[in-house]
Amino acid sequence: MTEESAPKGFSPKRVPSYDEVLNCIRCGLCLSVCPTYREAGTETNSPRGRVALIRAAAEGKLELSHNFVDHMYRCLNCMACAEVCPSGVQAHEIVLDARVEIANKLPQPAAKKWIFEGLVPNPNRMEAAVWPLRLYQRTGLRWLAERTGVLGMLPHHLGEVAKMPPTASMTPLRRKLPEVTPAQGERKYRVGFFLGCAQSLLFAENSAGTVRVLARNGAEVVTPKDTACCGMPAMAYGDLDTAMKLARHNIDLFEKAGVDAVITDCATCGEFGKHYKELLKHDPEYAELAAAYSDRVKDISQFLAEIPLDDRLNEIKVKVTYHDPCHLARGQGITAQPRDLLKMIPGVEFVEMKEPNWCCGGAGTYMLTHYEGSMNILDRKMANAANTEADIIASGCPVCQMQLGYGVRRAKLRMKVTHPVALLDQAYRPR
Amino acid sequence: MLEQSILVELERIVGKENLLCTKEDLVCYGFDATPRLGRWPDAVVRPGNTRDVSAIIQLANGDGFKVIPRGAGTNLSGGTVPIQGGVVMQMNRMNRIQEIDTENLTAWVEPGVVTSDLHAAVEAIGLFYPPDPGSMTVSTMGGNVAENAGGLRGLKYGVTRDYVIGLEVVLPTGEVMNTGGKTIKNVTGYDLTKLMVGSEGTLGVITRILVKLIPKPEAKKTMLVFYRTLNDAAETVSSIIAHRIIPPTLEFLDNVTINCVEQYIHANLPLEMEAMLLIEVDGPPSVVESDAAKVMQVCREHNAAEIQVSATPEDSLRLSLGRRSALPACARLKPTMVLEDATVPRSQVAPMVRQIQEIAKKHDVLIATFGHAGDGNLHPTILCDERDHEQMERVDLAVDEIFKAALALGGTLSGEHGIGLSKAAFMTMEMKDAGMKATVAIKRALDPNNVLNPGKMYLDDYRAPGAGN
Repeated sequence: MTEESAPKGFSPKRVPSYDEVLNCIRCGLCLSVCPTYREAGTETNSPRGRVALIRAAAEGKLELSHNFVDHMYRCLNCMACAEVCPSGVQAHEIVLDARVEIANKLPQPAAKKWIFEGLVPNPNRMEAAVWPLRLYQRTGLRWLAERTGVLGMLPHHLGEVAKMPPTASMTPLRRKLPEVTPAQGERKYRVGFFLGCAQSLLFAENSAGTVRVLARNGAEVVTPKDTACCGMPAMAYGDLDTAMKLARHNIDLFEKAGVDAVITDCATCGEFGKHYKELLKHDPEYAELAAAYSDRVKDISQFLAEIPLDDRLNEIKVKVTYHDPCHLARGQGITAQPRDLLKMIPGVEFVEMKEPNWCCGGAGTYMLTHYEGSMNILDRKMANAANTEADIIASGCPVCQMQLGYGVRRAKLRMKVTHPVALLDQAYRPR
Repeated sequence: MLEQSILVELERIVGKENLLCTKEDLVCYGFDATPRLGRWPDAVVRPGNTRDVSAIIQLANGDGFKVIPRGAGTNLSGGTVPIQGGVVMQMNRMNRIQEIDTENLTAWVEPGVVTSDLHAAVEAIGLFYPPDPGSMTVSTMGGNVAENAGGLRGLKYGVTRDYVIGLEVVLPTGEVMNTGGKTIKNVTGYDLTKLMVGSEGTLGVITRILVKLIPKPEAKKTMLVFYRTLNDAAETVSSIIAHRIIPPTLEFLDNVTINCVEQYIHANLPLEMEAMLLIEVDGPPSVVESDAAKVMQVCREHNAAEIQVSATPEDSLRLSLGRRSALPACARLKPTMVLEDATVPRSQVAPMVRQIQEIAKKHDVLIATFGHAGDGNLHPTILCDERDHEQMERVDLAVDEIFKAALALGGTLSGEHGIGLSKAAFMTMEMKDAGMKATVAIKRALDPNNVLNPGKMYLDDYRAPGAGN
């Protein structure tokens, strides 16, 4: 399709999505599983509605107004719609395509450009950005602010947001992990470890556990220091160019490392890493490399399920339930593996919650940008979690962990949130 | 365009957050699941209770705007498309199951209750609300009542109308009317309850629904049967009924559909078979066993090429997958899907299917036919591309002939999807003048200002032959 024949709102670069848009038969089945429709109850806040808006824009019937943009950013990208759609429409992908168009056609706030081009791709700057948070938490300032009610004096939204982040480690994982972690005992595999942003900065201790578990089970783990952000945050904000740039950077990095697999303990990094081949399929220089890379990306639970595991585990007597991260369950089809890992630990009583794969409402920065909507969705998840009477909610995504951690405090539950592999790591370590 | 004063008044009634007027909202409420139809409304309101609904309708009568009631907008006949503009009234804020009466076996529900939520609530206590339209996980009870929704279980258990025994309705002039009640028998006055069911939002806005419930069947068995000829399948259907067995499910897939489904679910379906039947029997375990045995005997007597039987509930699901995948499978083949539901008496199923196949060949369009063979409610599904105008003209001709064929065989235009906009023009063919005159008279009597869902069911367009209207 040429520039002239392309529908008005969207450029030929994104043409496949217009055909997809037409594939929507408007049956409405997506409304039965969409969390935003469940909370808002209006057609405009549903996948069917969002696809209709995009179609109207593509046909020149709607402008890219402020309200239109707002609606495009209400989608959680949880993929529940794509899972049930009889026509195979990927409504969440179409929404991302719309965000790319919006980013290309409308002036973007300067801060956004700085964040996605200047900050996120640069690990040093990211660590510096998180440093004040680490200080705030470690020096007890956070505890003080919460206890004295200072946070309560802020506008409610900001006060809540300030309570959200988990206790960040003082040392980012990138600095703690050696470039190569040797295998314990016989070296059976050589794998790459993808640091990720949230995991390595905010959950460094848990993430270090991932590498320990790999080493214990015969893997030599290569952790390239220059790993950049996987690119999903940029993509989620419509910055396709930055996402592609980050993809190429990471592909080159791991190509040099010469590894059997690229392991990640973040559901989003894994999903997006597997998506690189789609992202770069039109790039003559990178198409093949991207395909090879994507085929090597594995979530930690996926990799562990494929190898014989050291079964010398200590007992942890605890009741555990599991929340399926959207990017792991729907994005990668991984649901059994994390559960199997949990059930492997002696002493663990595993209990399934109702609607385990219903989105937690975290959705990247959704909890910050759409606080109220995010909380409505979180409340549903917490009610389901509370009913299990579990001690621990396990979930393999840092954003889910942050959101669930916040949810536990908000609902005043006596539960802890952790990564399934962190629990496995704990079971491996001597008492 | 609605005047500002009307918008102000609507906002006063439902609250600011329940009045939607942005262009983006109007786009989204301008269509339903019917292909090719759409028109933006002037505004959307979401009432929270009967009082709100009544106030809005009264305002509409006074200020001359139209009101289009809507549940989840999943109907297939354009029933919720605001074809003359006006205000779409979305009912899903009123979504409580108000009462389940286990002594009288009834339930009061608000119109916005999602049908499968009602199923779950009553089945949890051993009760059963049989109507199971394909849209049940998203369609609402109000919508089901307005369209008299059917479903796979229709043959044995009946349709929505058979289970609605009482209503609270806001009439087109704004008064609140209560009909029916919990008694099994009630012959007081005209049966206004049943009149409202299937009235497609043209005679009243449903604000409360009283349904009767039955005990949940204890067990069920599922069978998947393949036939080399259409006749054998059709005769099996008649024969099963003749043996006094009424299965809750007796579904049919033609050869085109079997091929679509195989492309989608890869279940090694035999692709050369002309027909596939999905048969379910239910009831107490001993009855299920003997019914299933009899059914299989009948299938074999009619040259069934292959029979698969479920041993467990998981098996049941697996076997039903073929039939339940028919719609998704067909949807993936082409961008546009025109799903019709011309229905014929059971004895005419085979001739109807053959005629559909001939019509498809004649107009060179792809038609997959599947549906509820047990009650003759077939779904000829035309797979096409709405961007190809030439092809769509041939599709329209084919649909026209399908309607005429169904009527000629003693059938009806619509078994369960409703008339709405898409079949309005064919109403007179079936109702004839006497029927249309009576229909229009009722509409005019109840809705003198033509406020509710105008332009549907041919009500505005019908002209009686002879002098004047």
